[in-house]
Amino acid sequence: MVFYRGHLLICGGTGCVSSGCKDIIIAFQEELRKKKLDEEIKIVETGCHGLCEMGPLVILHPESVFYCRVEVKDVQEIVDEHLMKGRPVSRLFFTEPLSLDKVPKYQEIGFYRKQQRIALRNCGFIDPENFNEYLACDGYAALEKMLSEMTPEEVTNVVKAAGLRGRGGGGFSTGTKWELCAKATSIKKYIICNADEGDPGAFMDRSLLEGDPHNVLEGMMIAAYAIGADEGYLYIRAEYPLAIKRTQTAISRAEELGLLGKNILGSNFSFTLKIKEGAGAFVCGEETALIASIEGRRGMPRSRPPFPVVKGLFGKPTVINNVETFANVPQIILHGADKFAAVGTERSKGTKVFALTGKLRNTGLVEVPMGITMREIIYDIGGGTFEGKKFKAVQIGGPSGGCLPEDRLDLPIDYDSLVQAGAMMGSGGLVVLDDESCIVDVARYFLSFTRSESCGKCTPCREGTMRLLEILERICAGQGVPEDIAKVEKLAYIIKASALCGLGQTAPNPILSTLRYFRHEYEAHIHDKKCPAGVCQALFDYRIDDRICNGCTICAKICPVGAISGERKQAHQLDIVKCIKCGICLERCPKNAIFKE
Amino acid sequence: MNKLLTMEELRELRKKAPDEMTARQTWDTQVIVSVGTCGIAAGAREVVTELLKELQRRNIKNVSVTKTGCIGMCEREVLLDVVRPNEDRVTYGRVVPRDVSRIVGEHLVNGRVVEGLVVGRISS
Ligand SMILES: Cc1cc2nc3c(=O)[nH]c(=O)nc-3n(C[C@H](O)[C@H](O)[C@H](O)COP(=O)(O)O)c2cc1C
Ligand code: SF4
Ligand code: SF4
Ligand code: FES
Ligand code: FES
Repeated sequence: MVFYRGHLLICGGTGCVSSGCKDIIIAFQEELRKKKLDEEIKIVETGCHGLCEMGPLVILHPESVFYCRVEVKDVQEIVDEHLMKGRPVSRLFFTEPLSLDKVPKYQEIGFYRKQQRIALRNCGFIDPENFNEYLACDGYAALEKMLSEMTPEEVTNVVKAAGLRGRGGGGFSTGTKWELCAKATSIKKYIICNADEGDPGAFMDRSLLEGDPHNVLEGMMIAAYAIGADEGYLYIRAEYPLAIKRTQTAISRAEELGLLGKNILGSNFSFTLKIKEGAGAFVCGEETALIASIEGRRGMPRSRPPFPVVKGLFGKPTVINNVETFANVPQIILHGADKFAAVGTERSKGTKVFALTGKLRNTGLVEVPMGITMREIIYDIGGGTFEGKKFKAVQIGGPSGGCLPEDRLDLPIDYDSLVQAGAMMGSGGLVVLDDESCIVDVARYFLSFTRSESCGKCTPCREGTMRLLEILERICAGQGVPEDIAKVEKLAYIIKASALCGLGQTAPNPILSTLRYFRHEYEAHIHDKKCPAGVCQALFDYRIDDRICNGCTICAKICPVGAISGERKQAHQLDIVKCIKCGICLERCPKNAIFKE
Repeated sequence: MNKLLTMEELRELRKKAPDEMTARQTWDTQVIVSVGTCGIAAGAREVVTELLKELQRRNIKNVSVTKTGCIGMCEREVLLDVVRPNEDRVTYGRVVPRDVSRIVGEHLVNGRVVEGLVVGRISS
């Protein structure tokens, strides 16, 4: 084995692939060969680091210098300056959004400083296709410990004592789920890993499978041992080709080494794993629909009970957990329940991965301890809203979740506090909205998502979401009537109470939470026919303030429909009948003379 | 690779695995070679290559090897600094590849500074 002086980690996650990391890898390979550094520096392709927006990311160890937005033309400079002469290229350092400081080192970047990584601990740090790297980071040490010294009951008890709750949205105690399934009498049982990840904007499960697939496999093996299953499935949506490829590589490697198969490591425990590709329907993430889909039937939920732990895949007792849930398990077994339970709040232990997006400076994937406040996530990690924009709300939990206003920002986040506040952990989507986002429009967006994803099996969801959406669309179009609010509320509660599965039961949440905190915005749309954020197109016109307009003619030239006219150096006129509200004139007017009203 | 049939074999494999990861963390013990234009002209690259070979020969892994730019003592290049926890930072000057094995053997392994080559010290 060659002793490499340095490791050049290049992010090969989906985000960085789309910003061009493959070309960067080739450029580095060529440049290192040319400069005869290829025996001194090793190139390692890793999974996602969470800061995808700043990608392609390149990290140089042992110094842990962090380069962002690296382009092919920067490669030569990095090699010549940093690798040859030891002078880091500060131009490519990360810039802190608030202080504008250039930060050279990975660990010192604000985005990472407040994070605590358990599930994501290896993501971005190891080569997910190299088994030895996982092994070097305590990989399969939990499996080894379990098989040599723990009974299945002990495993379940540790997971229960750790207080791990399902990361797929519901937050059910994982240990209890395993215990129920272990108690079910059957010679055949199954384990399923739910990697359907249908929430718009969420990508933690994808990153976990892309960045550290063996960790998820190890978690599944532990669960299988605990409940007495000998077969498992990973249900991964087909839109995640890289996650599927890396998971398959990991499964094949584990099979070659005998970590999957019969009598694993000489024990009595046998376990095999298969990948099942999902076609990408949101409802197939619901456990009973997912099971139907694996069985080859149409992915539709059925009523529970019986729960899958009693009657699941092919009618056999089945434990189904989320990717992130499994990713936490090896660490719990290896280091004990107490260490895991030391992090988090009274009833929600450990960490949660959130996908942070929307109107803020740093977006990406973050893993934080439960109990952290929304304010810390948005301001300390996310860098806050953009210059001059005011925070309005944070949407948490995707289409099943809700919006929280400014005065809830100091709420310590856990499963229960969020439900109390009218939102939901969901799978961990966090979308920050500023004063240019319309709350009614956001509710309408999520509802249009659930409406089109409704499987149609039960009437409240199929019809109810359609009717709710119609009312919201009417309100956004300026045709709302005063009775609409009461009608929406009543319908929302009926759907919540009567829909068959979680999709329908939670579909009204985005509306109910916004009605709770932002009722005035609905009222403005209905009574005053105004959209305070200037988003709902039917509720405002573009106008030119003739006291400010100096007749530069720019707007008249760029208007695609010729709606603006006027003499040079004279105030211009905007014909609101012709105007198609494209907004270009407002963006381009140098005097800011154009406004919405 | 063969099937891992026993726990013991997995343990053995894990023991060897960290070798591939050593350069991914910063160790307390560091060797810093100055590789400015003058350093390269004086043979810094050959010194680095020799250093890596020597570490590999002796199977030493808990050392970080990094480079730095010119530090203004161009006439004494190649300069090579050894940093060990709680000890003075020692700068060796006019290092040539054949000095490397002595520096590694004496200083890194046994903790004895190779006085004849020292051109500077910074107390810890
Ligand atoms: C409409 C709908 C979609 C869901 N989508 C997912 C999903 O994409 N991933 C997931 O892990 N759980 C999803 N769930 C939750 C699953 O039904 C199930 O509770 C979860 O996989 C259990 O794992 P956990 O206990 O580890 O969270 C969804 C539920 C509903 C009702
Ligand atoms: S609630 Fe919606 S998604 Fe769920 S079963 Fe009913 S129609 Fe299908
Ligand atoms: S909003 Fe678009 S269409 Fe309307 S006046 Fe401005 S440029 Fe023309
Ligand atoms: S894919 Fe590279 S940081 Fe996420
Ligand atoms: S479809 Fe059953 S009551 Fe209308």
